[in-house]
Formats: sequence, structure tokens, C-alpha cells
Amino acid sequence: MLSRTAGSLYWVGRYLERADYLSRLIEATLRLEVLPSSYGGAGGAWDGALSAAWMKPSYSERGLLIDEAGVSQFLTVDPENHSSIRGCLEKARANARAVRTALTLEAWEAINGAWLDIQKIGIRLHDRAALVALLEIVKAAMLAFDGAAHRTMLRGDAYWFIRLGSAVERADNTARLLDVKYHLLLPPGEKVGGSLDYFQWTTILRTVSALTAYRWVYRDAVKPWLVADLLILNRKLPRSLASCYEDVLRYLDLLASERGRRGPAHRVAAARLSQLERASIDGIFAGGLHEFLGDFITDNNKLGVAIAEQYLF
Amino acid sequence: MPQIHAFDEMFGFAAGASRDVRPAYQHLRSWLEDSPHELMETRRRQAELFFRRIGITFAVYGDPDAAERLIPFDIVPRILARAEWSRLEAGLVQRVGALNAFLADIYGPQEILRAGIIPPELVLLNPAFAISQIGKRPVGDIWVQIAGIDLVRTDADQFYVLEDNARTPSGVSYMLENREVMLRLVPELFAQLHVAPVETYPEKLLETLRSVAPSSAGDEPVSVLLTPGQHNSAFYEHSFLADKLGIELVEGGDLFVRDDVVYMRTTEGPQRVDVIYRRLDDDFLDPLAFNPNSMLGVPGLMNAYASGNVTLANAVGTGVADDKAIYSYMPDIVKFYTGQEALLQNVPTWRCREPEALAYVLDHLPELVVKEVDGSGGYGMLVGPHASRTAIEAFHAKLLATPEKFIAQPTLALSTCPTLGGSGIGARHVDLRPFVLTGTNGVQIVPGGLTRVAMEQGSLVVNSSQGGGTKDTWVLDD
Repeated sequence: MLSRTAGSLYWVGRYLERADYLSRLIEATLRLEVLPSSYGGAGGAWDGALSAAWMKPSYSERGLLIDEAGVSQFLTVDPENHSSIRGCLEKARANARAVRTALTLEAWEAINGAWLDIQKIGIRLHDRAALVALLEIVKAAMLAFDGAAHRTMLRGDAYWFIRLGSAVERADNTARLLDVKYHLLLPPGEKVGGSLDYFQWTTILRTVSALTAYRWVYRDAVKPWLVADLLILNRKLPRSLASCYEDVLRYLDLLASERGRRGPAHRVAAARLSQLERASIDGIFAGGLHEFLGDFITDNNKLGVAIAEQYLF
Repeated sequence: MPQIHAFDEMFGFAAGASRDVRPAYQHLRSWLEDSPHELMETRRRQAELFFRRIGITFAVYGDPDAAERLIPFDIVPRILARAEWSRLEAGLVQRVGALNAFLADIYGPQEILRAGIIPPELVLLNPAFAISQIGKRPVGDIWVQIAGIDLVRTDADQFYVLEDNARTPSGVSYMLENREVMLRLVPELFAQLHVAPVETYPEKLLETLRSVAPSSAGDEPVSVLLTPGQHNSAFYEHSFLADKLGIELVEGGDLFVRDDVVYMRTTEGPQRVDVIYRRLDDDFLDPLAFNPNSMLGVPGLMNAYASGNVTLANAVGTGVADDKAIYSYMPDIVKFYTGQEALLQNVPTWRCREPEALAYVLDHLPELVVKEVDGSGGYGMLVGPHASRTAIEAFHAKLLATPEKFIAQPTLALSTCPTLGGSGIGARHVDLRPFVLTGTNGVQIVPGGLTRVAMEQGSLVVNSSQGGGTKDTWVLDD
């Protein structure tokens, strides 16, 4: 496969995953915001969303009010914000278009269709209904793309590069989300705060679609250290760091099996996965959750660079 | 605007409500009469949706708002009877054969110049003449592997060649996609009529490309399609064709040259490339040899080409053969190389470089079409009967300043074909671009081609960059 093609497919995976993350983040924020202030609602919700999207500095530069209208506009359709959902979809589509022949018609239509639908919404959200409609479009498009890719694409390089991109991006998103909220995720045994924190934790879980999963796994009330355990170490949860790295390594192996070669990206991913497999949530809290996540994010960036070098993007 | 009484593909020259329908169109005529306007509208919308979803787009240069405008597609097919097509086919084979012989000659012994058939300066000083290619011999002496010949019709038997496209002709994806859409939209017509298939084109193109691989290539030559990139107006076509051919779609940056051999960068390391179907103009192929500012090409490509390690299709320097000044000599060129009269007629052409012709043209501008000799895409041309006074005056001045840059032709009454407009079916002017493939395995033409249609009533400009549309073209077997 052409290296440029591989690179574009990898970025299709990353940008789509990022758009999906942003749409879930906004959805969870909408829910958090409508809670009465005594339950942790009001005020801080959109500030938290900006932080969890890692876009607080670029928003602050605008000197705009931090509220639903401003932030949701900024995160979704603002043409000046290249990291908005619209920006992500545009880049995903541009990458897909450049390598159109590496995708099946169905997979291309899912991306192109999402882009056409987003364009219909335009670059201003007039009300909450428009925002909700946009989030639905994005979620449906992601499912359509995953389904189309799963059902129609050859299990070859093209497919694995898309999957690799989305696994790397997903790990990054989960780690950043946790890092923004790390001060809320207290170690086991700490005195648990009031209902205010409870809604912050459930918001984290909702952002990665894991609230129901939490109940099935722990059959327990939502406790902050278990939230961290689920999102970092639980290999059954598709957005946990451990699960993402299992995926990364598997896709790298599948690529290597076609090519018979392993490279530096394998070593970075394998080292991180084995560390996650050995780790316990107690140990992570003992070493400092913030430090752990910071290291993880740095390493994940290194992995991205190693992948690009290994496959000559 | 003067009314042109044009030949109609469906009715011929007949007029009136009870006029006869030409035989090949009889079935289509009843079908059109049986389809209420609303149904046709629904079909048209379905077709548009289909094109939009699969992303057929056409970027128009200098028009940022229309970066991905759709080319209008008309759902009424243009029909040719097999007998008509066979005559065209013979003419096309002859003409493209002559084009290849001409190129082999002017970059070789230059016999045609010595025989005094063409003024030497017209070839040797032509901006499209590639001095670097003198003495070069591409595989099989084939220079134009892919040609698109623009034909127009003025009556039942009279087709004219309007233009030869011997550089990087485009539009074949529309021929293929239009057929796919028609098969979905009107399966009942295909069930009743024997429409010759066009879907074998990609296979024939691949055969052609493989047949001209350099001898160093081995049994499994690697072909690629070289595109200027996704901002090019024909990018969709490039990716479409690469997909149908099963070859990599590469940009300049994907290729590199080492020891005069071309490689592409792949995730498995460098892979040798033998044949490049390039959709990039000569000037952009290699920044070392041509335009040093071009970011589109491959440094060193011309050295690899000169060493015979890679085939470029079409070859470098073919532009001189489709130059509009050379065009006027095509009947002589055909005769010189084939010993026969040209089967396809040229449109009578005044070469403004010749003083007598210039004088005539200047006197008759309102009735002539004036074209730049190296122009394309319908840019920089004057359609006299439709032009304003100011436009005519501007051309008058241009002609006086640089007459050698222009040719003029009579305004032809291009044939018309029934076309779906806003208020129902109306006659619109059409042309036809069949695609001719030439390899060491012979000349191949799929039956049909791209019919372009001027969507505005009375308009003679069919170029897609000027708002023209396309139709499916059916060659009907009895």
C-alpha cells in the first residue's frame, strides 16, 4: 500500500473518533447542565467540557462567555475552530477522498453523507434542537461508518490502518478526559464527597458511553476509584486505555503479519500494554493519577510518531 | 440570435407534430411519450441524488463556491445505430493511427516536413513541440495510448472532428457512470433495446497500458495512475479509474527516482513502477526538466523516461498533435501516412496566420467561431453569432495583434438531441467524445463515448467548465 494512503486512512480513523468523542462529550454536558446547582449542575458544566476537549485556551482567546450557546457552537460547527466536529469531519472526508479507492463505496458514503448532512446544518446553531440534531448525525454516521467498514472492507492493510488510527485516538481521548477530571477521582477509601461529585463521575462515564457498563461490571454504586479502574484497566470496556492498547497491538500485529516485519511502534505499544496489564488501580493512585495520565498521553503521542515513521507516512 | 436549423438526432430535419422519427429512436420516442413529466422529474432527481452520494464532483477553476459542483446529467440517452457507429469507428481508428504516425515522424525522420505538407515552423516552433523528445521512440512507437476525439454532427451522414485530444483527455468516468445510473433508472429500456455495453473500458485500458510496458518490466508490469491531486478538476475521474483498473492512484510525492528507475513509496518499502498513466500535463511532470516551481511532479522522472525504464501514457510531446493550428492539416496528415482520404471530416478552418484567411475572418467575425490554437475547455473563444459587439471588437484587436495564435471556423449547426429541461423535453445541441485506446495489442474503442450537451436552449457551448452537461450514449444493435 502507498504510504500516503496508509497515512490518510490512519487519520480518517483518528478524526472520526475525535468527532465521536466530542459529540458524546457535548451530550454528557447537556445532561449535567440541566441538573439543579445543588447537584453539581449550572455554571461549570461548559467550562468542564472545554477542558475535556482540550480547547479551553483557544476558546478563551475569543473572550467569549462560557455558556451553552457559545461553547456548543465552538465545539461543533465554528468554521474558525479547526478542531470542531465540523473540522474533524471535514478532515476525515478530505483524507477519505484522497484515498477514495482504498475504501468501499459503503464506507465512503457514510463519511461523505455525514459531511453533506453537517453542511446542511451550516456554521451557526440556532437552538438546542439544531445541536441535538447535529449530535445525532454524528453518532449515526460513526455507527454507519464502523458498520460499513466492518461489513464491507477487506481485512487488509486499509482496514487495519483505519482501526489503528481510531484506537490510538480513542486512547488519547479517554486519557485526556480522565486527566481533566483527575482531581475528582479519589483513591479507594477516601471520604467520598456529596452528590455534586457523583454527577461529575457519571458525566465522565456517559462521555465514554460506559455508565451502564459500569453497573454491569461492578454492581456497585458509582465510586470514583472504580470509575478510574474501569476506564484505565478494564479490558472489556472498548474505551479503556488497556482495551485501546490491546487493539493497537493487535492491529500492528495484523499489519506485520501481512508484511512480516515488526518495528518501533510495536515496541512502544507492547511496553505500554504490559505495564497496563501489570498495574493495579491502587498502584496508579499511589504513584499519582495525574502523573500516570501525563506519562500515558506523552507515550501515546510517541506511539503516533513511531507509527508514522515505521510506515513512512 | 440567429436561428440555426440543426439536424435533430431523433427527428432528423423533419418538423411538425406528425414528423417521422429516425429508426434508432423509435422506441425511445414512445417511452418518452408514455412518461409523464413528473415521472421524468422524479427520475432526474434520483439520478442527481445518486451522483451526489457517490461524490462525483467537478471543480471549476477560479470559482471557490463551486469547488464541488455537479455536472448536470440528462436522463434522455443519445442513440447511435450500429451502422452509424461502425462508420465512426473506422474513421477514429484511421485518425488516431495517423496521429501516432505523425508524432513518430516529427520526433523522428520528419518526412512530413521535408515533403512540404506542413510548414516546418508550425511544428518546430510550436510551444507544445518537445525538443527533448527528438529521436525518442516510445514502446511500439505509440505516442498516444489514450485519445479523446471530439465529434459533432450536422446531418444524418456528416460527422466532423472538432478537436483531437491527445494529451490527457478526460470524461471517460462520466461515460461509465452515466451508464451505471441509466441501468438503475430505466432498466425497462435496456431490457427492450440491445445497448452495446461500455463497461469493458477499464479492462481494455489496463490491457493497453500493460502492452506498452518497457521490456525491463517483466511479466507483471506495475502500472500507476499519476494525478495532480484532489484539487484538480478531474480528480474524481482519476480515483474512479484507478479503482476500476485496480492500480495505485499516486501523486508526485508518492514517487521517487533512483538510478533512473521510478519507485513508489509504500508501507512495505519502495516498489518499482513500470507504466505511468499520467493525468498531469507535460510541464508539470518533472520540476528538474520543466517547470521548476511545480510541486506536482517527480524530480528525475524525465531521466527515467529517457532511459526507457518507465512508460508514460500518453508520451511526452503529444500536445503538438492536438494543437488547433496543426488540426487544420489533419486531412493532409491522414493522407500522408495512410495513403487514404480521411474518413472523418475536419471542420473547415481558417488559419489566421495566413494573411488572406485573416482578412476573411476579420470581415466575418459575427458568423464565425474563433479559438486560440493552444486553448482548451472552451476558455478564450469567441462564438460570433452569440457574442456582444464589445466581445467581437476585443477579438478583432487580438487577431490583429497576434493572428498566429488563432484559428476560425464556421459556426456549425451542431445536431440536437431531446433533453429534459425545466418545462419538459426540448432539443439541445450535443457533441460526442469517443475514447480510442492504442497499444501494441492494437486499437480498441468501446462503443459509445461521452455525449456532452449544452443545457441552455440554443447554446452551442457543451464544455462542462462552461455549464454543459452529459448524457449516456447508446450504440444500438438491431
